[in-house]
Amino acid sequence: MTISTSAPLRSDDTLLSVDDLTVHFSVPHGGRRALPWSPKATVRAVERVSFDVRRGETVGLVGESGCGKSTLARALIGLAPVTSGSIRWRGAQTVQGARRDVAQLRRDVQMIFQDPLASLDPRMTIEQIVAEPLRTHRSGIGRADLRARVLAMLERVGLNAYHLQRYPHEFSGGQCQRVGIARALIAEPQLVICDEPVSALDVSIQAQIVNLLRDLQRELSLSLLFVAHDLAVVKAISHRVLVMYLGRVMEFGAKQAVYGEPQHPYTRALLAAVPTPDPAIERTREPVLLRGELPSPLDPPSGCVFRTRCPQAVDACAGEVPEAVVRAQPASRVACIRVGVS
Amino acid sequence: MALLEVSKLGVRFARHDGGPVDAVQDVSFALESGRTLGIVGESGSGKSQTVMALLGLIAPNGTVTGEASYRGENLLHMRTRELNRIRGERIAMIFQDPMTSLNPFLTIERQMTETLQLHRQMSRRAARMRAIEALESVRIPDAARRIGMYPHEFSGGMRQRVMIAMALLCEPDILIADEPTTALDVTVQAQIIELLRELNRERGTAIILITHDMGVVAGLCDDVMVMYAGRTVEQASARALFAAPRHPYTVGLLNALPRLTDASDAPLRTIPGNPPLPGMAGAGCAFAPRCAYALDLCRRERPILKEFEGGVRACHKPASEIAGLRVEVQA
Repeated sequence: MTISTSAPLRSDDTLLSVDDLTVHFSVPHGGRRALPWSPKATVRAVERVSFDVRRGETVGLVGESGCGKSTLARALIGLAPVTSGSIRWRGAQTVQGARRDVAQLRRDVQMIFQDPLASLDPRMTIEQIVAEPLRTHRSGIGRADLRARVLAMLERVGLNAYHLQRYPHEFSGGQCQRVGIARALIAEPQLVICDEPVSALDVSIQAQIVNLLRDLQRELSLSLLFVAHDLAVVKAISHRVLVMYLGRVMEFGAKQAVYGEPQHPYTRALLAAVPTPDPAIERTREPVLLRGELPSPLDPPSGCVFRTRCPQAVDACAGEVPEAVVRAQPASRVACIRVGVS
Repeated sequence: MALLEVSKLGVRFARHDGGPVDAVQDVSFALESGRTLGIVGESGSGKSQTVMALLGLIAPNGTVTGEASYRGENLLHMRTRELNRIRGERIAMIFQDPMTSLNPFLTIERQMTETLQLHRQMSRRAARMRAIEALESVRIPDAARRIGMYPHEFSGGMRQRVMIAMALLCEPDILIADEPTTALDVTVQAQIIELLRELNRERGTAIILITHDMGVVAGLCDDVMVMYAGRTVEQASARALFAAPRHPYTVGLLNALPRLTDASDAPLRTIPGNPPLPGMAGAGCAFAPRCAYALDLCRRERPILKEFEGGVRACHKPASEIAGLRVEVQA
């Protein structure tokens, strides 16, 4: 019963490599009548996930709410407890690493959050917010130099000197997200984890932020881990895409392969559910492929976790957990025993 | 006569610091029985306040002007008591966040039977039977058992189904859905949209769908009204609007939407700038500061809504020049 995703790619370009990462939470058993001292049950939020992020690429991480994508993102920088598995940052183990390594990781890996306003301290000015990572990670920087760098960063994300002394509540959602991006980038990280960075924004603003992230990535040769539930947005920004369901990897491959020739039934169902802004297509679309909702991560189905909603499930799917391996062309890793079987 | 006819609707809020703010101005539309209307716009465009005004749900510092007649009766001049006969019974509403619009202290049964006991004077037992039927009609499995549960025991998609079932209890003529799928996953969204489409087709319930998602509108609506900064900028049949948007804002919205059919590596087409804060729009067209096609005239004088090829649009620029912008949708 393994889901190790074949031999991990370890070229020199690999920044982050995650192997068999598992995050379990312990919760009181018994649902609504549970008490703090009730026996514990295990929420399997992330289960044996393996993937890697290379220098200068964007990996999109998609799945429904509750699939563990945010927990995975948070576990990478130590905001969620890792139960087992390994996270390597440029070849060095981070999970049981020394404190110094953790500090290094936290400088090299930054995060952008979903709710742009809630992730900014309301009592700090924009200048203080954006300067904070530099104060923490590059102590000894002069006051004038600090301000110059904050200003340059703000200008890069489309804000200006006028905004330095303002407070977060004076900004719109899109502007707050620009501040969040400036804060993440000022310490010159190599990887930025974006947890649903545009899902709280209006369409016209969302496109601005997606383009900004794309431009910054190219300019600074950043790597992005872009967590989102909007498949069209992920397509617009990613090079490779990881599809998760109930804590597990369903499919991981190049964007062209995952979107162009999706192999896993779950990926296909997800893509089919995305509405198209064209009445001619929408009015004649196939009925919904995917019925029901996510099963509970407290008690995931045996075998393939997707089998209870899968239109192609057979008896054998209840047996073993399928490994996410290359099964057919194109070379995505797919966790489905039905793929590649003729 | 249309089922619901709204003309020159305005919503103005008084503020204790500064002058009043106009959230909605000069909005007119008609909804025929059995039709579906989409109201599209970004946050702050006034789309929610428009329908809240119809149901008398505006905050106490707000005043509503204009007319809104439902089967010939003006909703805006009704006393609360008369309005209560109509809202919840003839015109029902579902909201974006099903968790905050259900009472967390009451079981689903208690919340559903209340409507029936109030509007239909049903007995508790009959109301319960009817409520279970309604839950089954929105495909909630094991409805007879689940009716005794509390809102937090349902998932987001199931809660939205409960809201829809509740709204349908009295078989309303009009269902107003305010961002019903915004908080849901795409897979669940597709199920809810399919459910609304069935309701419309099978029971002939007219639907007003408020959303910022053009994809959802395309799947459900016959007609579309696009709002910007409290005003209607374009209104047409969905078919016409998606095929050839005639207002630069509509074009911008459609262009800004990432699509699965997009060529992979092109940057998204954006609308620069931010929408104006409510009450901050100047004398000209509210969209002019963000519009690539703005003329001097646009900054001085607000364009009025004019009829155009079966729809209306508010733009100084001739439609023929804007039609050239239309998005090319790949087959």
